[in-house]
Amino acid sequence: MSLVITPWFGKVSIDDYIKAGGYQGARKALSMSPEEVIEEVKKSNLRGRGGAGFPTGLKWSFVPKESTKPKYLCVNADEGEPGTFKDKYIIKEAPHLLIEGVIIASWAVGINTAFVYIRGEYGKFALLLERAIEEAYEKGFLGKNIFGKDFSLDLFVHRGAGAYVCGEETALIESLEGKRGNPRIRPPFPATMGLYNCPTVVNNVETLANLPAIITKGGEWFASLGVEKSGGTKLFAVSGHVKKPGIYELPMGTSLKTLIYEYAGGIRENRRLKGVIPGGSSSPILKPEEIDIPLDYDSLMKAGSMLGSGAVIVLDETTCMAKVLQVITRFYAHESCGQCTPCRQGTPWMAKIAERIVAGRGRDGDLDLLVDIARSMMGKTICPLADAAAMPVIAICEKYRDELEEHIREKRCPVERE
Amino acid sequence: MKEISPKAMEKIEALIKRYPVKRSALLEVLHIVQQEWGYIDQEGEETVAEILDLEPVRVHEVVSFYTMYERKPVGKHIIRVCRNLTCTLMGAESLISYLKRKLKVDEGGTTSDGRFTLQTVECLGACEIAPVMQVDGEFYGNLTPEKIDRILEEMK
Ligand SMILES: Cc1cc2nc3c(=O)[nH]c(=O)nc-3n(C[C@H](O)[C@H](O)[C@H](O)COP(=O)(O)O)c2cc1C
Ligand code: SF4
Ligand code: FES
Repeated sequence: MSLVITPWFGKVSIDDYIKAGGYQGARKALSMSPEEVIEEVKKSNLRGRGGAGFPTGLKWSFVPKESTKPKYLCVNADEGEPGTFKDKYIIKEAPHLLIEGVIIASWAVGINTAFVYIRGEYGKFALLLERAIEEAYEKGFLGKNIFGKDFSLDLFVHRGAGAYVCGEETALIESLEGKRGNPRIRPPFPATMGLYNCPTVVNNVETLANLPAIITKGGEWFASLGVEKSGGTKLFAVSGHVKKPGIYELPMGTSLKTLIYEYAGGIRENRRLKGVIPGGSSSPILKPEEIDIPLDYDSLMKAGSMLGSGAVIVLDETTCMAKVLQVITRFYAHESCGQCTPCRQGTPWMAKIAERIVAGRGRDGDLDLLVDIARSMMGKTICPLADAAAMPVIAICEKYRDELEEHIREKRCPVERE
Repeated sequence: MKEISPKAMEKIEALIKRYPVKRSALLEVLHIVQQEWGYIDQEGEETVAEILDLEPVRVHEVVSFYTMYERKPVGKHIIRVCRNLTCTLMGAESLISYLKRKLKVDEGGTTSDGRFTLQTVECLGACEIAPVMQVDGEFYGNLTPEKIDRILEEMK
């Protein structure tokens, strides 16, 4: 199997990375024209790994070529979507793969300053990354006249301070400007008016880490690893009730069932599967009979869910679904920035209802109420956090209705726990 | 007025230079000041505002938005236990109860000897080793009550 990212894991120092062939992608990219690099990335069918799956080459082409203002790259290392821990592995196991990707993206778009916005809780990994950046400056891969070209690039690490919403690209930009992480109304989009109102690209860590291979091996090669409209491989972060939780890199289009049973070792203590959240806590849950599904953006969308960040959370038969509802709704209520009424009021209301169901104080009609509140939040807000809160609630209420109704009726959890 | 050490001040000045707009350094400067003083109260906000030429209210609204800034004195060690989904599936709730009993504090509370502050937090990005806690920024996973006892025992 051809892999793109994990073969570099462990090559942490710049010398080890170079010895294994590192920085050849950046070198080659700088010998191409920026247009040629963008063309190659378009051919690769690389889609954003931060959750939305937007085609990367297309996103870059929205940035004006000629700009009197400077342009910026923001690397999204906020990694806040519950269940997600893949970018952490890239940063600690192959920091130079990310730095090389940053050089390629910056060359393609004409950027001279890039910031890595990393979540505050990853403080120790931020230090590792800063060390790697120093090494790259020492070798002349960052700074002035990179690879002898008339091209300069500065790269800085910027720590967040605990706020999930700052992973949303316009909130990230506000936060980087030293403000509260309140998402901005779009349009204008960051591509034309982002950081300091200048043209800005926001890309996820994993998205950028794919670029060196796309340049060295070609866009077509990368596209051929995946399926029709999702090129390459994907890092899946598997957690929950599996025997071997961890990171697995697999071609786009691999079956979710294969990932869980062949790679992650199947369900702990060989229990029965109850459900799988396939792409972080915002993605609608799948029932056991729905998991023989190719893991790519379009297939999951068709199944009414999302590939999202590729964070696969596995639930076995001992899981209380009311509890799952409670944890998920509490999270979004805690993280809403409060700018939009449906989100500010809807998220705590859902959390309150879920909490009372768990506590045995659920009422008749609570499930319909939850679904109504969730529906009324969708598509009406500045950022998609409200939708991210609503979608999993609707799916859980619809797919596990019998159990939840029993929980409400019996005033206690119907799932036998050991 | 509390002092910022010359070493921290040096770091702050270097930081400010990275950004085309001074205000951008705010989150990073607050991290440094918090490391110096342990928390950021009104005086801390005013000090940072002065360094960055900002209205104190601009600093205040940021300090109160982000969960990692402490606004009142905390213990010598901060324990952050994850309460999000994977950790809950793997038993976080009973560990949180255990920690509360062991330390005789509620969420957000500090032990009477000032050694530990206990906080519950959302997903720490370490679900592969759930249930997880962070103590002073270091990750500890696959937690059990016995393991928690050992880890806290070693923190003086
Ligand atoms: C509430 C919310 C949280 C998000 N959190 C993250 C995150 O932690 N990391 C990330 O890369 N993208 C996150 N995103 C997606 C970003 O807005 C953006 O789409 C992404 O960084 C673009 O990069 P990509 O095209 O390379 O995926 C989040 C979006 C929303 C609405
Ligand atoms: S949807 Fe929620 S998080 Fe997003 S801007 Fe509105 S209130 Fe803030
Ligand atoms: S859910 Fe606890 S670390 Fe992710």
